[in-house]
Amino acid sequence: MPRTPLALATSIDSLSILDETGQLDAGLEPDISGEMLLKLYRAMLLGRRFDERLLDLQRQGRIGTFPPVKGQEAAQIGAVSHLRSDDWFVPSFRETAAELWRGRSLESVIICNNGFSEGARGLQGHNDLPVSVPVGSQVLHAVGLGWAASYRKTDEIVMTFFGDGATSEGDFHEGMNFGAVFQAPVVFVCQNNQWAISTPLFRQTRSATLAQKAVAYGMPGIRVDGNDILAVWSAAKEAADRARAGDGPTFIECLTYRVMMHTTADDPKRYRTDAEVEVWRQRDPLPRFQRYLLGKGVLSGAEQKELEEEVLQQIQAAVENAEKQMQSMGDPLEMFDHFYAELPPSLAAQKEELARELASGGEVRS
Amino acid sequence: MTKMTMVQALNLALRQEMEKDDSIVLLGEDVGRDGGVFRVTEGLADQFGEQRVVDTPLAESGIVGMSIGMAAYGLKPVCEIQFSGFSYHNFHQIENHAARLRWRSQGRYPVSMVLRAPYGGGVRALEHHSESREAYWAHTPGLKMVIPSGPRNARALMVSAIRDPDPVIFYEAKALYRAFREEVPDEEETLPIGRPQVVREGGGLTMIAYGAMLRPTLEAADVLREQDGVEAEVIDLLTLSPLDEGPLVQSVQKTGRAVIVHEAPRSFGPGAEIVSRIMEKAFYFLQAPLERVAGFDVVIPLFAREKSYLPGLERIVAAARRTLKN
Ligand SMILES: Cc1ncc(C[n+]2csc(CCOP(=O)(O)OP(=O)(O)O)c2C)c(N)n1
Ligand SMILES: [Mg+2]
Repeated sequence: MPRTPLALATSIDSLSILDETGQLDAGLEPDISGEMLLKLYRAMLLGRRFDERLLDLQRQGRIGTFPPVKGQEAAQIGAVSHLRSDDWFVPSFRETAAELWRGRSLESVIICNNGFSEGARGLQGHNDLPVSVPVGSQVLHAVGLGWAASYRKTDEIVMTFFGDGATSEGDFHEGMNFGAVFQAPVVFVCQNNQWAISTPLFRQTRSATLAQKAVAYGMPGIRVDGNDILAVWSAAKEAADRARAGDGPTFIECLTYRVMMHTTADDPKRYRTDAEVEVWRQRDPLPRFQRYLLGKGVLSGAEQKELEEEVLQQIQAAVENAEKQMQSMGDPLEMFDHFYAELPPSLAAQKEELARELASGGEVRS
Repeated sequence: MTKMTMVQALNLALRQEMEKDDSIVLLGEDVGRDGGVFRVTEGLADQFGEQRVVDTPLAESGIVGMSIGMAAYGLKPVCEIQFSGFSYHNFHQIENHAARLRWRSQGRYPVSMVLRAPYGGGVRALEHHSESREAYWAHTPGLKMVIPSGPRNARALMVSAIRDPDPVIFYEAKALYRAFREEVPDEEETLPIGRPQVVREGGGLTMIAYGAMLRPTLEAADVLREQDGVEAEVIDLLTLSPLDEGPLVQSVQKTGRAVIVHEAPRSFGPGAEIVSRIMEKAFYFLQAPLERVAGFDVVIPLFAREKSYLPGLERIVAAARRTLKN
């Protein structure tokens, strides 16, 4: 009868293992093999250097608009590295580093970013969905995949990525609710980079954290330092193990920062100060992890330099290869491909119409 | 008179209307501080404050649903959907409520709001950023669907849209945003919603277009004059719905021939309705089959192939010549 506090399980952890000053919480340090540590580091480095190269290419007009990843490599690699190749990776549009981890070719990224749908052909292999631009929409697909994997009695799991802005969309809330109700084997990874174009996090939500949204949906949630790959890795391992064991979904908020522009079409100077960005540049996940590896003796200075060289060469080769491939791409008639299992006659007629026009050279003169 | 781009002209319309009427509120993603990703609302947050130029959370259904509530209260929301390709997230709010609340409440709650959205191709954008799906809205009873073709009429139509007592979907061709400048009068100017304009007179054939397709259509008319000695009459629709077929029918009764141009997919596109109206009202005047120059029935391709998809000068001229042969 009386008014009493409800006994709700509302505790939400925050996890940081390797902080921005390089301090390690040895008690929480995950047990990751040297080989795996190097693999994670290389993936982060590749993500970073490739991103920088894409920016150059964009500025030179060699590719179109793209969303930079810089600063979010730890959040992506620390999480996605728990997927087996038969698991499902369901990205939004800013997960290039994670996509490369999953085996997407660098060429494919360049080709897509240059307006050729052929680029998507580089995605075959893993059980992954292509990039999803409509914010938040992919979250429900992840739940559907997870439901299907359970229905088929596999132990496959699904990991979906989205941003802080996405947590305002209805699709996100529906996805979280469905995921929890159906106990789908899904890991929801929110890259809270604190901006959605010009909209800061506090304009997106009045919740003190995004992680606490998990509570309302009845699933475990955690906030991690998204620039600390050890923390991301540990939280994602827990979540992936839980999903694989059939114990349902988890929500992980990776607190990170979008140090670059939203996309190359955006000018962040209009809405935020350099000083704010500078603070987060100091929290860069890459040198932090690098120092950890050097200190641990997993990586030597010389090996680090070699790795840098190797990554740059890999990128250079991919750029050359992609540009060569693109020379023979772009047949306009291919715009009719892949809409239906079979091209309907009316569409075949339109394709024919375009073929005739192309053959005639499209001359205006009578 | 000042020469301005369509972005500046729209900005002027919003600014002047907001100065006159404090029931006008702008809302949307990034419309405040950032001035909108295309800068249409640039400077308005500074002038009118955050209460009237509202940066919302990222949710189109939220933006439109809230606008409907504001309108029911008696405010005049002008909301921006960042790209028309994301307006499907708010489809149900428009279809189920904005378009019907007046009817459902038997006139008590009109929804006087404007939904602005950039649409169309030609700017080398990512997927979902180049579509032309005005037919969805034109097909929805209870809505008005307006698409200007340049700075001056964009400004005048925006003023009319804001003052309109019904929900207006206002599509802005992003290919036109900065494509050219036009003289725009400093003083107030409006254009009636629901009235197409004859922008070039001629007796040889009728050409009907709107939005970004007006310019290639006018260029095609030039080619026809120079190379074929044919004077085309060009009509700029400006409002798709409610469609006033009067000027179209009148023109075709004179010319006996018509070409309709749009970048939306051909099947069930706006051209289909226009053709039907002409058939119903000018059938006995026709001297040749009507022609539609439209996008193909596919998703507009990523930008490497975009040009082959979009109706261009060649395609429009070729269609005109086919109608002239008969
Ligand atoms: C449904 C939808 N609305 C608007 C957009 C335009 N848009 C692209 S990204 C973005 C911000 C996304 O913010 P967030 O979810 O935090 O991801 P981030 O860009 O920070 O990675 C917006 C508004 C979109 N792509 N989809
Ligand atoms: Mg964000």
